[in-house]
This record gives sequence, structure tokens and C-alpha cells, in this order.
Amino acid sequence: MWVVLFLLGCYHGVNPAMGWLFAVALGLQERSTRAVAAAIVPIAIGHVASVAVIVFVALSAARTLPHPAVRLAASLLLIGFGVYRLARTRHPRWVGMRVGFGGLIVWGFLMASAHGAGLMLLPFVVPASPMAMDASMSMSMPMAMPPASASLGMGVSIVAVHSLGYLLVTTVVALVVYRWFGLKLLRTAWFNVDLVWSVALIAAGLFALAT
Amino acid sequence: MLMMPDPTLYPSAKLAMQAPPERLAYVALLNADAGGRDALAVVDVDAASATYGSVTGRVDMPNAGDELHHFGWNACSAALCPYAPHPHIERRYLIVPGLRSSRIHIIDTKPDPAQPRIVRVIEPADLINRTGYTRPHTTHCGPNDIYMSALGSANGDGPGGIFLMDHDTFDVLGRWEVDRGPQFFAYDFWWHLGYDVLVSSEWGTPNMIEAGLDPKLLLDGKYGHHMHFWDLRRRKHLQSVDLGAEQQMVLELRPSHDPTKAYGFVGVVISLKDLSSSIWVWYREDGTWNVRKVIEIPAEPADPEQLPDLLKSFSAVPPLVTDIDLSLDDRFLYVSCWGTGEMRQYDVSDPFSPLLVGSVRIGGIAQSTPHPKQPSTPLTGGPQMVEVSRDGRRVYFTNSLYRAWDDQFYHRGLSSWMVKLDVDPNGGIAFDSKFFVEFDGHRAHQVRLQGGDASSDSYCYP
Repeated sequence: MWVVLFLLGCYHGVNPAMGWLFAVALGLQERSTRAVAAAIVPIAIGHVASVAVIVFVALSAARTLPHPAVRLAASLLLIGFGVYRLARTRHPRWVGMRVGFGGLIVWGFLMASAHGAGLMLLPFVVPASPMAMDASMSMSMPMAMPPASASLGMGVSIVAVHSLGYLLVTTVVALVVYRWFGLKLLRTAWFNVDLVWSVALIAAGLFALAT
Repeated sequence: MLMMPDPTLYPSAKLAMQAPPERLAYVALLNADAGGRDALAVVDVDAASATYGSVTGRVDMPNAGDELHHFGWNACSAALCPYAPHPHIERRYLIVPGLRSSRIHIIDTKPDPAQPRIVRVIEPADLINRTGYTRPHTTHCGPNDIYMSALGSANGDGPGGIFLMDHDTFDVLGRWEVDRGPQFFAYDFWWHLGYDVLVSSEWGTPNMIEAGLDPKLLLDGKYGHHMHFWDLRRRKHLQSVDLGAEQQMVLELRPSHDPTKAYGFVGVVISLKDLSSSIWVWYREDGTWNVRKVIEIPAEPADPEQLPDLLKSFSAVPPLVTDIDLSLDDRFLYVSCWGTGEMRQYDVSDPFSPLLVGSVRIGGIAQSTPHPKQPSTPLTGGPQMVEVSRDGRRVYFTNSLYRAWDDQFYHRGLSSWMVKLDVDPNGGIAFDSKFFVEFDGHRAHQVRLQGGDASSDSYCYP
């Protein structure tokens, strides 16, 4: 489970709409590698915040509501969101190239939320059976009925592992594109991540539904 | 939706210059008969083709009296902008407004780019209901939506402004401005994407132009003489710059294609002082926008017998600069002198000291210079809408301005043509003697090149 969470983070990092492209553009505007790195920090904060919101809402729901209902709701949410994104691709309309630290945090948060980045983690946040959740938690908290603090610890771990993968890949891609590949890469290597993304959301939902 | 980015989208102007040569040009055609239907022509510009330099297709508009003028694409390189990326949209639809009818046509250039067809028509009432604007003019594909300027309100007065259209559904979304400040006249607009700044210019309200140029308004300095700078993101007016009341009609705006540069060129049609035309540079200094005149093109003396009533008493032909275009490397500025019948090429590597490096003559109110393909046929009209290929090697232009004004200045009639120039990469222009397109029964206005050109796309990366 932790490996998959990490890899999902990497996958989010690859998506140009999740930050590296904006960081590269801001770097080019200022003509400095520092500007690339400086942009990644706030974007990542926004992304992590967006994912964390979903993860903690789901965890507290799983603690207080009947488990199968939460699981079903999460699956349907994923499938529905994936289908919606297949049908309608939107992008933010309020930003521009002159953004500060705060603006980039908001941008990262909105982009992650609009793409359902946190939703994609739901099958892992709300595992197939309550026993599975207990089992994975028992690694850190050996208790049968987890208290709120255990759920908190679980959430922090999930967000941390995911974010590590995300941050690593975003940073590497941004720097590599900025320093070596250049803009030409955008024309040849920018496959339709959004389409794959929507399919991934639906797949995650179906997976959660089936198991 | 595509799996890979549309190949006609380029992150930067520098990369767009490596694009393959265009094979087709789309040309807006005004019906010579005011009661007739306008059209969009397809012109073969592939030098290797058997039909090179001829009209190979035509889409007639469904209604009469549109006055097709400017037009643009549903999507362009701005779709790659990092803050709102949607690179898998297709450059496919031409957005073709009628400047007089306020009707907007959506024309599909696929599957066969040589046989485009109308897929949607937005009626004037819809535009008025959603925006309050009429007489749509310039259209630009922005990073998020399609932006279009409009000259006036429903009753033909001002203010004119800018409205948005959705680039997927083509629905008119509404007015763009949140706070227009003192802005009243509208005409052209473009932007500096790297600075989140939109720039707009001024012609006049529909009531001031549709019956022809009003000499009284002109001599009183009543036509537009300002530029406006806006916050593109917050849709707010930031600053007006007055070029002076004697500088009448501030028209085409050509910002640097490099988003890190904050300067551009704007053309002024006529100076009340001496009938000259001028080109100004706008630039940013210490956070404010300034303008400076960098080119002045004088009027040319002429025999009053040759001149329309409007000009007889002056015994001179004004250059009437009514379009300019900037190559993608920001190096060459092309200036159309519609009155004197001259196309000029300036090297603007240093925007503040342009060098005249090329000139050709064709048509003109007093001179009627012929084209090399028909050296003994005097031509009417003069260089007007000019378009530069992405690689900067070819320049196309047509000769009609606007129906009522054509008839005023070319009082003996205007028969329409489109020509092409070959560009020396080090400066210098010459006619392609094989390329001379005539439009019987129509007058040609704006040219758009397949895949994009020097005024169709904007870029977020340097």
C-alpha cells in the first residue's frame, strides 16, 4: 500500500498541470533556476493541503460512519468525478504569470482539488475492510479499536508518503526540463495526462467497489 | 480531444519560427455589392501546387451585410500557458465576426482544411443580450477563453469593449471588463502574457464610422487618440496614455512576441497637423506605461484632380497607415500605407530606433502602381491587412479597408487583390511575381495562415 501511495505521488508529480510546468515557466520568465525551485515550494504546499483535506475528511468519516457506506460513497465519488472530467475539461480562469507565494499555494491547492488528486487516494484511505485498516495501522498502533490519534497518525503517514513521491518527481522534472530538455519537450512529450488521469480515477473507483 | 498536443501549438515564438511553411490562407471577403453575402476564401499558397496563387475554395455566409473583417482561431499557442494548460485542444475552428451585422460565425476547418464549413452562427441578439456590445472586431485566442473586442453598444454608441467566448462550446460568456475606468472607444487589443497586462486601442463608435469617415469629427480631433493598459487577470483598467488629440485613430497593436519583454508597436492613422501617419512604441518604465513616436511617414503631394473630395483641398495623399505586423522574432515591422500605396519593412531590433530596410509600391490613391504580374494594369486600393508567415519569410497582404471608407478614399472604385512578398532574412522585400490573386465581386480583408501566423498566437514562454 505504501509503495502504491508513493507511486501515485510520483504520477501526480509528472502531470504538468500539477506544478512543474508553471515552475519552469516562472523560471524562464526570470531566467533563473532558483525561480524554478522557489515556485515549487508554494505549489507543493497547495497540493499537499488539498490532498490532506480529502484524506482527513475520509478518515474521520471512516471512523464515525458505517464502513461499507463510506467505501461505497468513496467509490462512487471517484467514478463520478472521473466521468465528469472525461466529459468536461476545465482549467482555472483567474490566474496569470505574475503570482506570488500565496497565489501559488492557492493555485496548487485548486489544481490538485479540481483534478481530484486527493480522491485518487481514497481506496487506500478507506481500505477494503475495517480489518485491513486496523492491520495496516497496527504497524504503528497495536490496538484493535483505533482512537482518534491513530487515525491522525495514519492520515499524516498517507499524506507524507504521497507528498514525498509528488515533490520528488515534480522537482526533478521541472529542473530537468528547465536545464536540459527545454521547451521543445512540451510539443513532443506532453501526452494527454488528463485523459489518463480521468481513467485512473474511474479505475480507482471501480477497484474500491469491487474489493 | 487529442492524445498529443496539437502540432500547431508552440511554447515560444522562437520555436514557432521553425514551423513548416503554410499551404493555405484563409481570407475574409466583403461582398462588393452591399446587399450581397460575404464569404471566407481559401487561397492556395503552396508554391509547389498547380493551383498556387488562386482561390480554391469559398464559404458563403448565410446572411447578407455582415462586413467580414478580422477573424481568428478557437485555440492557439496560448493554450500551453502553464497556469491554465489545455494543450490537447485542437486549432480547428475559425471565429469569424461580421463587423456590421454583429453576427459571429464558427467555421470548422476539419476534416478538410481546403473545404471549411460553418458549424454555428451566433446571432446579434444573443451577443447583445449577453454582453451589451455590438460590432465585434479583433479576436484573440487567450490562455483561458476566446477574447473579442467590440466597437460599441446596441444603439451604435459607446462604450465599446471586450467580451469572452468559451473555447469549447463557443457560447458568449459576457463582458470582460470589471472596471473600465475612463475607457470609452474600442478597437484592437492584445496582451503581454508575461506581465498579465492587456493593451487596447481606439477607433470610434459605430455611429462615428459606419457612414464613412466624418471630416468634421476628424478635424475636431474626436476620433480615438488613447491607448489603455489593463490588469488582464483582475480585468481592471490600470492606465490611459493620450497620444495627443491631433493623433487621430490609434489602431493596430503589436506587442513583442517575447512574454518577458514589455514593449510593443501601435499605428496612428493620421495626424491633424500634417496628414502624416506614425508608429509609436509603448514600453514600461518604473511600473508605468509610456509611449514614444518612433516612425513618422509624411503625406505625399498629389494632383488634386486625382484625389477624392475629402482630400482635394490638401493636394496631398496621407499614408493612412491602417495595419502593421511584427515578425515572430520581433525583428521586422511591416507597415501598410493604404493611402500612398506602399508597404514598408522596418528593422526594429532596437524598438526605439527603427531602420527602414525595405519598401514596395502597389496601388495607391494617386499612383495606382501595378503588380509585376500585370505591369500595365493600374491598381486600385493599397496595402492594407498584412500577415507574416511564422518563419518570417513570406508576407501576404490585401487592399480593402472598410466598405464606407474604401468608397470615400478610392472614389473611382476598388477592385480587390491579394499579393505576396518574399523576405530577405537580412532585410528587404520583393513581390513574388507569380502571386497575384484577384477577387471578382468581393473585397479581401484579413488573411489568416493555416496553422498560425504572426498575429494569431501569443506565447507564455520566451
